[in-house]
Amino acid sequence: MTKSELISHLAERNPHLFMRDIEKIVETVFEEITSALVRGDRVELRGFGAFSVKHRDSRTGRNPRTGETVYVAAKRLPFFKTGKALRERLNEKKDALSEF
Amino acid sequence: MSNRTVTRADLAEAVYEQVGLSRNESADLVEAVLDDISNTLVSGENVKISSFGSFSIREKGERIGRNPKTGVEVPISPRKVLVFRASHVLKDRINDADTNAPSSDGSSSF
Repeated sequence: MTKSELISHLAERNPHLFMRDIEKIVETVFEEITSALVRGDRVELRGFGAFSVKHRDSRTGRNPRTGETVYVAAKRLPFFKTGKALRERLNEKKDALSEF
Repeated sequence: MSNRTVTRADLAEAVYEQVGLSRNESADLVEAVLDDISNTLVSGENVKISSFGSFSIREKGERIGRNPKTGVEVPISPRKVLVFRASHVLKDRINDADTNAPSSDGSSSF
């Protein structure tokens, strides 16, 4: 599924809303997560997962092909940890639904 | 750097401000976005959000683990895990912010 497919799914289920509003909603959600990470904040969406930023110190790396030493600058990396509910849903057996 | 935690309520508030729906409906739509992504992943399909990142399911085979405290070997059953790969756009935005962060030692030259 792509972002545009996500937008059309939501549009189908919300026929009372304008397409441009649905687009704006989806853009806003990802933009809010992104700007939080840019600020260094953590984004915690219970049941879905949490986004955070991890720091990597600068280090001296080596080009594995040439053996040449290169300086690798410190950087920050976005990181996602799957929420408990989603992790469990991914691993539940299909026929477990029939128990309900 | 503020170091607070952003939650669903913050996302809903942003949608409320940006789109002009009611607060309730804004919250419902944030939930609908997360639900659609979750359901798609549970159905086994990957989700790709351009300029943000992609979520994909990786199947892990069975392996032997060990209880680090007791040393007892236990089989870890095969499972599915969700992997998020951030897009370059997201990575670059996060690192551009780092250029003026206090943690850098000023040697941001490439």
